[in-house]
Amino acid sequence: MKDPCAHCEEMMQPYLDHVLTDEEMAEAEAHLAECVDCRRRYRFEESLRIYVRKAANEPMPVELKQKLAALRIPLE
Amino acid sequence: MDAEPEDGQRLATEARDRVRFEEDALALSDQVYRVARHLASSREDADELMQETYARAFRSWRSFTPGTNMRAWLLRILTNLNIDRGRRQQRAPQMQPLEANDYFLYDKLAENGDGISDEEQVVERLSQDDIVTALSAVPHDFRDVLVLVDLGDFSYADAAQILDIPVGTVMSRLHRGRRILKRELAESALEEAT
Repeated sequence: MKDPCAHCEEMMQPYLDHVLTDEEMAEAEAHLAECVDCRRRYRFEESLRIYVRKAANEPMPVELKQKLAALRIPLE
Repeated sequence: MDAEPEDGQRLATEARDRVRFEEDALALSDQVYRVARHLASSREDADELMQETYARAFRSWRSFTPGTNMRAWLLRILTNLNIDRGRRQQRAPQMQPLEANDYFLYDKLAENGDGISDEEQVVERLSQDDIVTALSAVPHDFRDVLVLVDLGDFSYADAAQILDIPVGTVMSRLHRGRRILKRELAESALEEAT
């Protein structure tokens, strides 16, 4: 029998990407309900994704926006 | 003789469609930049890439099918330009060893966390610079997918179409890209801890 935590780990990325089947989802959730370590790691992964997205969000420089607008083709 | 007013009307319609296209494309520029910034290796590269992309988009606006996903269309131009610009010479990703499991970073951060157990606090041990630097260290093939899906919110199918690769390849590159990112983050976290 496969180690349930190893199996839960395999399902983590697809779980967070919402691409598991209903059956797999139920299986992952059943394990998460009883395993503190896996639950903690899933939560960490989720927090990490949110944090990376926030940290990587650099606003576009205003000058670049102006340069892009200037690239429009003038009407004849 | 009758053709002239019709031509005039056609030209007016075309001009109106083009202006609308340009306005729509410009309205998406912040969202396109969010992705472009990390597809490119630096701010300067992202800046140039955005300008080349928009110049090309404005020239080839007729090839955009109204009603389809314009953000994906713009990013397809952008990723193609990025490849054309020969920005893919990096260390061969296959040669990089990866840690055995997906929890490596968590374990490393929690280990050095002085007993911190809240997952969000553990994540906050990483700085914004750590994240930007780690992202830029992910080899292009993996980073393209990672950035499109995790920062750009594209579906696997959209990312596959933008990059012209199979969905299965998107999934495997995404999985590996996320692991590489975590390994890079774990390395910077370890450096800071010592």
